Amino acid sequence: MRSVTEPSHINDPEAAAVDPPPPVLAIASLSKSFDGPGGRVTVLDGVSLDLRRGETLALTGESGSGKSTLLHCAAGLETPDAGEIRVAGQEIGALDDRGRAEIRRTRLAVVFQQFNLIPSLDVGANIAFQARLAGRYDAEWTDDLARRLGLDAHLGKYPEELSGGQQQRVAVARALAPSPALVLADEPTGNLDEATGDVVLDLMFELVAEAGAALLLVTHSARLAARADRRAHLSHGRLA
Amino acid sequence: MTGPALSAILSHWRRQPGQFLTMILGLALATALWTGVQAINAEARASYDRAAGALGGGTVDVFLRDGVGFQDADFVALRRAGWRVSPVIEGWIAAERGRVRLIGLDPLTAPPGTEAAAIAIGDPSDFLTGSGQILAAPATVDRLGTVPLDAVSARGLAPGFAFADIGIAQRLLDRPGEIDRMLIHPDQPMGLPDPAEIVPGITREEPQTAADLARLTDSFHLNLTAFGFLSFAVGLFIVNGAVGLAFEQRRVVFRTLRTLGLPVSTLIALLLAELLAIALVAGILGVGLGYLIAAALLPDVAATLRGLYGANVEGTLSISPLWWAAGLLIAFLGTAIAATGTLWKVARLPLLAPARPRAWARASMAALRWQLAASGLLAVLAVGAGFLGTGLIGGFALLGALLLAAALALPGLLSGALALGAHFAKRPLAQWFWADTGQQLPGLSLALMALLLALAANIGVGTMVSSFRLTFLGWLDQRLAAELYVTVESPAQAAALLEWADGRATALPNWQTDTVIAGAPGEVLTAADHATYRDHWPLLDALPDAWDAVASGTAAMVNEQLARREGLRPGDMVDLPGGPVTLAGIYSDYGNPKGQVLIAPDAFAGRFPDAPRQSFGLRVAPGEVAAIRESLATEIGLSPQRILEQGEIKRVSRQVFEQTFTVTGALNTLTLSVAGFAILTSLLTLANMRLPGLAPVWALGLTRAQLARIELVRAMLLALLTAIVALPVGLILAWVLLAVINVEAFGWKLPMYLFPGQWAALGGAAMGAALLAGLWPARRLARRPAADLIKVFAHER
Amino acid sequence: MNARILTVLLLAWPGSALAQGFAGLGQDPGGFSLPAPDPVFQFPEDHGPHPDFRIEWWYLTANLEGADGKTYGAQWTLFRNALAPEDGTGWDTPQIWMGHAGLTTETEHYSTERFARGGIGTAGVTAEPFNAFIDDWAMAGPSLSEVTLTARGSDFAYRLEAKADGPFVPQGAAGYSVKSPEGQASYYYSQPFYTVSGALTLPEGEVSVTGTAWLDREWSSQPLSGDQIGWDWFALNFPDGEKMMAFRLRHEAAPDYINGTWIAADGTPEPIPPGKIAMRPEATTYVEGGGDVPTSWALSLPERGLDITVAAINPRAWMDTAIAYWEGPVRVAGSHPGIGYLEMTGYE
Repeated sequence: MRSVTEPSHINDPEAAAVDPPPPVLAIASLSKSFDGPGGRVTVLDGVSLDLRRGETLALTGESGSGKSTLLHCAAGLETPDAGEIRVAGQEIGALDDRGRAEIRRTRLAVVFQQFNLIPSLDVGANIAFQARLAGRYDAEWTDDLARRLGLDAHLGKYPEELSGGQQQRVAVARALAPSPALVLADEPTGNLDEATGDVVLDLMFELVAEAGAALLLVTHSARLAARADRRAHLSHGRLA
Repeated sequence: MTGPALSAILSHWRRQPGQFLTMILGLALATALWTGVQAINAEARASYDRAAGALGGGTVDVFLRDGVGFQDADFVALRRAGWRVSPVIEGWIAAERGRVRLIGLDPLTAPPGTEAAAIAIGDPSDFLTGSGQILAAPATVDRLGTVPLDAVSARGLAPGFAFADIGIAQRLLDRPGEIDRMLIHPDQPMGLPDPAEIVPGITREEPQTAADLARLTDSFHLNLTAFGFLSFAVGLFIVNGAVGLAFEQRRVVFRTLRTLGLPVSTLIALLLAELLAIALVAGILGVGLGYLIAAALLPDVAATLRGLYGANVEGTLSISPLWWAAGLLIAFLGTAIAATGTLWKVARLPLLAPARPRAWARASMAALRWQLAASGLLAVLAVGAGFLGTGLIGGFALLGALLLAAALALPGLLSGALALGAHFAKRPLAQWFWADTGQQLPGLSLALMALLLALAANIGVGTMVSSFRLTFLGWLDQRLAAELYVTVESPAQAAALLEWADGRATALPNWQTDTVIAGAPGEVLTAADHATYRDHWPLLDALPDAWDAVASGTAAMVNEQLARREGLRPGDMVDLPGGPVTLAGIYSDYGNPKGQVLIAPDAFAGRFPDAPRQSFGLRVAPGEVAAIRESLATEIGLSPQRILEQGEIKRVSRQVFEQTFTVTGALNTLTLSVAGFAILTSLLTLANMRLPGLAPVWALGLTRAQLARIELVRAMLLALLTAIVALPVGLILAWVLLAVINVEAFGWKLPMYLFPGQWAALGGAAMGAALLAGLWPARRLARRPAADLIKVFAHER
Repeated sequence: MNARILTVLLLAWPGSALAQGFAGLGQDPGGFSLPAPDPVFQFPEDHGPHPDFRIEWWYLTANLEGADGKTYGAQWTLFRNALAPEDGTGWDTPQIWMGHAGLTTETEHYSTERFARGGIGTAGVTAEPFNAFIDDWAMAGPSLSEVTLTARGSDFAYRLEAKADGPFVPQGAAGYSVKSPEGQASYYYSQPFYTVSGALTLPEGEVSVTGTAWLDREWSSQPLSGDQIGWDWFALNFPDGEKMMAFRLRHEAAPDYINGTWIAADGTPEPIPPGKIAMRPEATTYVEGGGDVPTSWALSLPERGLDITVAAINPRAWMDTAIAYWEGPVRVAGSHPGIGYLEMTGYE
């Protein structure tokens, strides 16, 4: 059993060396627009925010307010038009596809609303996948995660044999297995009923806190947002 | 609601134009290869019939007189006695390019159906009188040029033959007053006298030529048909895959339509209409394509048939409405076969079944067990056919069962191999690679089966052809031992030659006559008592001192095909005109469809006193060939065309041989291309389905380029595994071809040689095909907008 | 031989076309001799072939009565057709021969044909002793006035002895028979005085017959003019020994050309000038392969008081040969009852 206060597995030199710790995620003047049917649509318009280790931030907003886009940019899945994104101090806008993939692999983890899992791998392999990919696989920690998320009975099953709630628990376990500095979650319970969603979210908050990671939770629900340390509301591409 | 329903169903194709193209092209290719081969076969058979008609041997009886032939006076005597007969003389004439068979006939008395006579009668003055006229098929006219006189091209004539009036032909062949045979008009007057009283020694023969050619060439055409069928099957794999995929992808649409109140019968009817339209378009395309294939291959087929069987086939293709109809029918049939299962599923589609493509894939994996069981059953059947089946059909049944068994077993074998790979994989990416490849298998298995069939056929046929080539060339070197082969013009010249040769060269009588051996047409050859035969003749089995026995005149050798056909072994007795002889040995005789008997020259002269004895092989010192040639011309007056050098004969034989398998090679390549196409289309259609499998890996930190490379490696790995499975299948195929089909078709068995270099090349080709096929989908993946992948996480697809 | 032979023998000269008259007889001659007026026939030489003329025939028709009381008709014809105005031996000869044989009963009509090349010895004619033959068919005897006729097909055969008891009768102007207003003509004489006896072999068996026969000898190089499309030819025997030959050449775009000869009982010919005979088809019969053929006719020649109807004994006497035509025995009623033969060409 590992200690909550001394997360021994946090061995990221960049995260630990600086004092005071720099933000795990630092977004400055981020802008992004898409080509829509009626012309160019600005989705993000000069958004800035910081997120530090141990912090949780809920990003709320209407559908289409740009909150998912912000998360995708933060995860290096999309490139912004303007502005700066630093993950663990590294400016990812300057990176190429390869570099961004490495950031995704080693610095952060994403939990999506659905289809998080690799259908061809069983639950155990899915949970361990990113950690092993990042070279930070810790069997003890991974087993612990699975057990805490109630997945230890399902490790040999394949994703399609699981319920939606179980699948999202696997996603959470996988996200936390490499002990990332930053967890990005995009409506992680949006596809689940309220009770199931609450259980998954409780576990996620608990484990993120335990790991000392930073969490950016994108949701449209004020109820869920209330659980985060900080809240930011995105409206028409700007933070309110 | 039929209209909106139809447009909902069809809207799928607007969004998936590639899939639509796949389906059309797959069906079109299947139809094309099938109809192309059928067209070639039909054209060849029509040519045999024409040839038979041209010779008058195919439709009417003929009068013959063994060894002697007829004179003009015999013809006149028969006519004056009331017999409606028509004279024919035949022989080779030198043309501008090669030799052409000249048929001399009398258009005034030729029986109905003699096409050349009917054409000749259109311009009787030129054909019958003066310096005469030669009629020939257009291609033959090209060969003839202006030698020996102006040739007129006429359509509908048998190719390879030149036709002239009997009088002109007698002059051109320098055989005045001679007639080889007489065609008997089917409508004869009442009360005719016995023809033997008019012309002693005359015999009446039934038509044979067409049937003979058909029998001889049957195996060749069966080969082509088998290839056409294989290609068709490969094409059907593509269509079946495309139809099944389109069904899975439209399952939501079907379900919604049903929920909205569309009766299942209407839905089926709409899908049927859609399939019919697709079959029609693909069928028309396929028949057109088939025509191109046939037109491209026919000259080679014609060359093969001429070289192998002496059967003449016109190098040009005629196209008939029947052909179109048959092509379309096969397209419809193919669609029906490929779509039946899918339509059955639609009919039983549960209204509330969720759209789970992966469940389909998993169900397919479950089908592996059934496939393996079926494969085992087929393998048993194949072995059974091998033991019990007789004849060509049995051989091909064996092949069919064998190939199908292998195809059905393939997914199971691949699945096992991939599981093994996954078991030993240590790194997460490798684990994912093996696991994901296994997951992709159901979607690719049809294409891989197609590849397996193509590869196995390639290995099998390649091994057969190469084994044949090695054996044939070796045999040719043995058989053609004499340095020069000459044919003299008269018995007097033959005597002169023997006198001339005394002391300068050894003249080996090389006489030959056609006769009936064991009830079938065959030929008798001579072998002198000489070291040439003892040292070089390729014996398969023989009594001790076999050559001494032959030289004594009491024994004979027979070729392998005759021995096999009649079940003869050394020591048995063989019936020959003039009494039976002991069988002293059996020799191999590749490329000859007829039974053959080898006896001593004296025995030949005794048994066939009327047969010409004017061909000789000359053994001379190698350095003296040119001088001897010269001396033969100046001292005996032998014209240069009557002297052939060993090297020339070998060169021509090799040419014939190489040409023989050009078509097989072309069909092989085509089949492999179709299989490559099957892989491409499968990968393309799978590309969209695979996004949910790839997006998480991408989100977890792999670039699209990395994923694309992995996808390429995956396709090549599958191709390689398939090639490995194909190797033993192909070798069994080769063995069946060499030891079963060849014996049945040609009457000789060939030793099997192995060509690992060929296999490596073919494995490379398979992986190359997979690489080419995978390149486009991989490139598309590498350049895919991130949004497409992100969408996976946000939308119900 | 199949129907394409049609092209050979009578149609195949360069530039031929059907529009130029039945069986191409309206061609210009190429190097062939032409008939000239006022011929003097030399017998027996002229009974033999004239190779320098393009076409020639020996044409015998017989009206027969069977021992069974039934009426029969028989035809034996040898045509000579020259591709060039020369003779020769062997296969190279340009002389092509064609034989037609027909046998008509009251209900059936049998026909067959033969083709041959002259030089090879399967067909030919010699004048003395007379021998015209093709394959095993022959019209042969000591002279043309006393011949045996033989022919056979797959379903019939006959053997007839014919002996003439009257002279050869020149047709037209002393044997110069004009065939059109433009002056096309042929040499033409007949022997209408044969009495015949012999036997017919039919599918049912053999029948012995007696009767009369009429031989036409004709040769020319250009007997028809371009727009003549066919002819109707009558050879009629009247009860008191008188005979009449009459023919009508049908023109495409002009009035028919009708000509004939009245033959007295002693064989004296009297040409009937063009236009004197009136002939009119009265009824037609549809024949397979031939179309509607007139098989009943009304003929009149007022200056002889002739007013007769001529009706076919078997309306389906169609010669189903490469060049097809109607040829059969007829019965005559009216002012001059009798029997005869009718030939009609150019109807199909």
